Amino acid sequence: MQHTRTQDTLVGLFVAAGIVALFFLSLQVSNIRSFMPADTYVITARFSNSGGLKVKSPVTVAGVRIGRVSNIYIDKETYESVVEMSIESKYDTLPEDTSATIYTAGLLGEQYINLDPGGSFDYLKNGGRIEITQSAIVLEEVIGRFLFQKAAE
Amino acid sequence: MLHFIQQLGSSTRTSFAKLGRATLFLGHTLTGAVDVAIKPRLLLNQLHSVGVLTFLIVTISGLFVGMVLGLQGYNILSDFGSEEALGIMVAASLVRELGPVVTALLFAGRAGSALTAEIGLMKATEQLSGMEMMAVDPVNRIISPRFFAGFLSMPLLAALFSMVGILGGHLVGVGLLGVDDGSYWSQMQANLDFYDDIVNGVIKSIVFGFVTTWIALFEGYDSAPTAEGVSRATTRTVVNSAFAILGLDFILTAMMFGDI
Repeated sequence: MQHTRTQDTLVGLFVAAGIVALFFLSLQVSNIRSFMPADTYVITARFSNSGGLKVKSPVTVAGVRIGRVSNIYIDKETYESVVEMSIESKYDTLPEDTSATIYTAGLLGEQYINLDPGGSFDYLKNGGRIEITQSAIVLEEVIGRFLFQKAAE
Repeated sequence: MLHFIQQLGSSTRTSFAKLGRATLFLGHTLTGAVDVAIKPRLLLNQLHSVGVLTFLIVTISGLFVGMVLGLQGYNILSDFGSEEALGIMVAASLVRELGPVVTALLFAGRAGSALTAEIGLMKATEQLSGMEMMAVDPVNRIISPRFFAGFLSMPLLAALFSMVGILGGHLVGVGLLGVDDGSYWSQMQANLDFYDDIVNGVIKSIVFGFVTTWIALFEGYDSAPTAEGVSRATTRTVVNSAFAILGLDFILTAMMFGDI
């Protein structure tokens, strides 16, 4: 009897340790909160070049992440890149004249969208569109322009 | 030449026959779920011998694998001046690949071989036929609890392996090499996705647990009832499990992470 008692305890401890490990992986290692589908609304922005922007790239205001890129597609008529962003509902006070810029985190890091709030008192709503945008800086283009300039001198 | 063709044919037939037996065996084992549900004590005993006794080798290996990843990763990353990415490197390689795969290989070596030897010996000493004589279904009574124990233990063991490994990487990276503690964790949290990385890793370990336990039990059940037969079956368990784990790992990785 004593034997099975210790066996029970050991099995219990084993299962508990396994579950703790699973919780550790979901909470400490991956950020489970970002998995929870928070309430969001969608706004779009058009860029002449969205560079290396990807679905799930962060959208920030003043360096704080307020949403993620949810979809990127090309407008068949204007050949512009249309970027849809899901913004968390608690950040619902983005002015209509907010501008969007694609930045790169570090020299070779991933690209993200930074929103620069304007001064309007009308706020962007679900389905709203950001008019003022600045495209991604493509490093090759910058280097190419620089070389041309040097050659011209 | 004719002899060679004959041999080819007969070995193909035997291997297909074996696959067929293995599939029927799996079906029979799964019907044993009822017996396990009625008598959870059977499962508990097997969870002890399959899970608890594998716990130690898995955690110690996990610790060392994590520590090695920390050291190697630091050496490579410091060349690029991005030591703070050590956390994501250690965690991603453990959670996605090394956790499930190395745990499954250890599991096949530690628990799988023991299962095969146990079942094979039971068969060689005619304990299984003895049970049949008493109208007790040996597959439901002996095999099923072992199968479900292995199936349940593997994800827990793999999660433990990954957790201990990440802590081992932290020990070496942050403790010895001076990577910043905050960036070790925050890089990890920012770049690992709960669904894409953690859940897929757990799915992998469930699949590996299923296949490894199945192979181990079937080889034992199908072994020749002699001392040599049992020893061969044990070898086959370890070899076939390793092949199955590594092959399936490629397929699963291609489905989950690669856009093939």
